[in-house]
Amino acid sequence: MITSQRIFLPFVLLASSAALAQMTTRDRPSSAQASKNHPTPHVAQQHEDAGARIFEQNCSRCHNTPDGFSPRISETVLRHMSVRASLSMRDKAELLRFLNP
Amino acid sequence: MLSVVCSLTAQNTPLLSGGIGFFTATNAGQTTYSPEFEPLLVAPIGPRFLIESRAILLESFAPNGGGRPGYDHSHFVSLTYLQGNYTLSSHIILVGGSYLIPFNTYNDRLSPIWIGNFQQGPLIANLGTEGTGTGTGGMLSGSAVSRSRYSLSYNAYFSGLVNNQYFQAKRSAGSRISLFLPDHGLEIGLSYNRQLEGVRENFYGAHVWWEPVRSGFQLRSEFARGHHAQGYWVETTYRTQAFGGSDSWIGRIEPVFRIQQTFRRDNVISDGLPPVNTQIADFGLDYNLPHNTRILTSYSREFASTGNSNTWQTGIVYRFLSPAWKGK
Repeated sequence: MITSQRIFLPFVLLASSAALAQMTTRDRPSSAQASKNHPTPHVAQQHEDAGARIFEQNCSRCHNTPDGFSPRISETVLRHMSVRASLSMRDKAELLRFLNP
Repeated sequence: MLSVVCSLTAQNTPLLSGGIGFFTATNAGQTTYSPEFEPLLVAPIGPRFLIESRAILLESFAPNGGGRPGYDHSHFVSLTYLQGNYTLSSHIILVGGSYLIPFNTYNDRLSPIWIGNFQQGPLIANLGTEGTGTGTGGMLSGSAVSRSRYSLSYNAYFSGLVNNQYFQAKRSAGSRISLFLPDHGLEIGLSYNRQLEGVRENFYGAHVWWEPVRSGFQLRSEFARGHHAQGYWVETTYRTQAFGGSDSWIGRIEPVFRIQQTFRRDNVISDGLPPVNTQIADFGLDYNLPHNTRILTSYSREFASTGNSNTWQTGIVYRFLSPAWKGK
């Protein structure tokens, strides 16, 4: 019983701190690639938003955004991440559009 | 139209990535220096097949023991994994070769030096990953369901016994399933591994990741239970958005905290966990420099019945990512 309490206590403390952090939430500017101010059509903008969201949800959760990389390898990166992050085909397609605006 | 443009600009060019790091660790007044190189090669072959491999080259300089002056050094070179991925369908990828065992999240997601927030992995990283962290055999992996509000991913694998120096693996089988709720930034997963040789041991794992949307806060946690020991770790990071976003000089500062505990369930020590119940509190302060470079610093306090200890660690890691060869 004491052991389980010892296990549980840090979880409670950390969850409380997380809730506090959420209260101070501010809008995060989208990633460097997403913030490029291209005069894109509405549909393309929607794709870019979806791609940025998927990038944030699937890629940025584990690692920092690499500081730009050649479009030549974007497809290879996504095929690698399909296994590492279990990307769906739909997510992969959106990310590919996002990385190759 | 867009997809046509994408297919023209995005090519299946092999890539060379990885990390170069230099680390120091000071324990009881003794400092160890470790330059480390972790290259990653990814090479697509046709539209469905892809080969990827990661290796580690590590040199370690440690003080001579026994009051003798000077340093001794040792080196370590190893192929971390070498696998082929074949896309069978939109939901199934067949993986063959030597692969990272997908038990909980640390081994296959957080272990590269350019990703980890601390130099030292968690104590329970050995539970469920067969000691080497790799299996040699086959794995099915993919996204079972993906909707805008949730997604479900899976891995199921079988590994044979391999005694080759570069592809050591034990006979084992296991699986992992993860549910991700993007609106809440919440991921919950369960893992199972069964060792099928020697002591036929079962390992159970659970992980919870929570990243409140647009908060800059991350919580990652894992629990693992083997037949002889169990433990958990919880890690939190925060990058403030308040002073010009996460790419401002203040936003690049990343305080990290990790608590971990391990508990022995009996006196049989076969899993790489400490021989006695152990608690470690890690306090880190990382700085994310531009151009894919990170500075990692941390102080760790370990509490155990065999004695308490302090460890100070510093390091710098550069992550590179480029096409494997020049092209148009």
